Amino acid sequence: MKPARFDYQRADTLAEVHAALAEYGNDARVMAGGQTLMPMLSMRLARPKLLVDIMHLPELARIEADAKVIRIGAGVRQAELLAWPELAQRQPLLASALPWVGHAQTRSRGTVCGSVAHADPSAELPLAMLALDGSIELSAGRKRRSVTAQDFFTGMMSTARGHDELIEAVSIPTRRAGTGTAFAEFGRRHGDFAIVACAAVVAADRVTLAVGGVGDKPERRDFPALDGGALDDALNAFAWDLDARDDLHATAAYRRELVRRMGRDTIEEARRCIA
Amino acid sequence: MHRLSADRRHRVRFTLNGKPVEADAEPRMLLTDFLRHELGQTGTHVGCEHGVCGACTIEIDGVPARACLTLAVQADGATIRTVEGLAPEPGRLSVLQDAFRRHHALQCGFCTAGILMSLDGYLRRHSAPTEAELREFLGGHLCRCTGYTPILAAALDAAKTLREVPAHA
Ligand code: FES
Ligand code: FES
Repeated sequence: MKPARFDYQRADTLAEVHAALAEYGNDARVMAGGQTLMPMLSMRLARPKLLVDIMHLPELARIEADAKVIRIGAGVRQAELLAWPELAQRQPLLASALPWVGHAQTRSRGTVCGSVAHADPSAELPLAMLALDGSIELSAGRKRRSVTAQDFFTGMMSTARGHDELIEAVSIPTRRAGTGTAFAEFGRRHGDFAIVACAAVVAADRVTLAVGGVGDKPERRDFPALDGGALDDALNAFAWDLDARDDLHATAAYRRELVRRMGRDTIEEARRCIA
Repeated sequence: MHRLSADRRHRVRFTLNGKPVEADAEPRMLLTDFLRHELGQTGTHVGCEHGVCGACTIEIDGVPARACLTLAVQADGATIRTVEGLAPEPGRLSVLQDAFRRHHALQCGFCTAGILMSLDGYLRRHSAPTEAELREFLGGHLCRCTGYTPILAAALDAAKTLREVPAHA
């Protein structure tokens, strides 16, 4: 398995990236850590004319945080975010989801924004972005816009990014006082794609549950604070509303059952973590 | 701006196991092929060629990396270590390699170079790993022969030796 031919450009400035994307549009691919893109190139699922390597731009390699948000630049590797000492305190959901992303040997190279860009329906980071009301910062030349995770993920590995746009960073709100979060995943082996993954964010009066691996993109539902049978009913309704499908790994019915059970467990764990 | 065209070969230079190396590569050439075919360093193995098996794991700029998920041109200017760089001198194995030998942590050896490179860096960063941590970390590698138990035993043993005589690395 070898990639088809492409030109390769190691960008020294952001302007260069924008110019390349403006010139090539859909025929260019941005290369960050390459942990998803490289297999796609080798399997020739992607055949770009130009690869633009953005890993030598120091302005993209930063994690910045203020009281409200964490901003993670496009060059930040997953392992770097996981090793960031403030992560667990500022956003514990990210700290619990990140160890599920690939393996240590791929997190060392793969980027946070790269995973968001690929929008695999079973990927953990898009799921966490959706549960946490994260947003994606896009730029094309001098034009900039920010898109919420809810609007960004539009389907199976497809997003609202325009062909000339670069994902410069993602922003994720920091944990709010009085909330709790939890993450859970079920797969055949650790590091495999999730059959179902759940992320919960709860407060005294509300519950957010996002699930990945079920439909063609991560999905989320917000409930009031329910308990007992009422919570089971709400989860059951959510499970049936998801466009679950059978595949090699699990049936749709099995996935729905995981949403009911793991969804409930995840919500309960998040409640125990309220602080 | 520096664009390398698809149909030409371009000079790629990096530091490999402490020595400067260089050779030519098309932009699409994988680092695995560059190491093996252009530089003749065949210690790095190629299993799946899409990031799943871990056989090609090397160290790039101090962190583990799948060589098959890296382009040779991406590695230009990097500092790379491969299994050829593990033994401290000819005829002597590293502590980790020696533990693999004593514990029979390899049979066919196909997965071994990748696992050694992964563990070598890991043990440098984590001097007292638990069995559970090592199991999780080894999850990034496939071995079709050993059943992993001897690999785990070798890693725990090597960690212990390195704690006692760190200079032996
Ligand atoms: S050959 Fe690189 S991970 Fe399998
Ligand atoms: S020793 Fe044969 S694959 Fe691991």
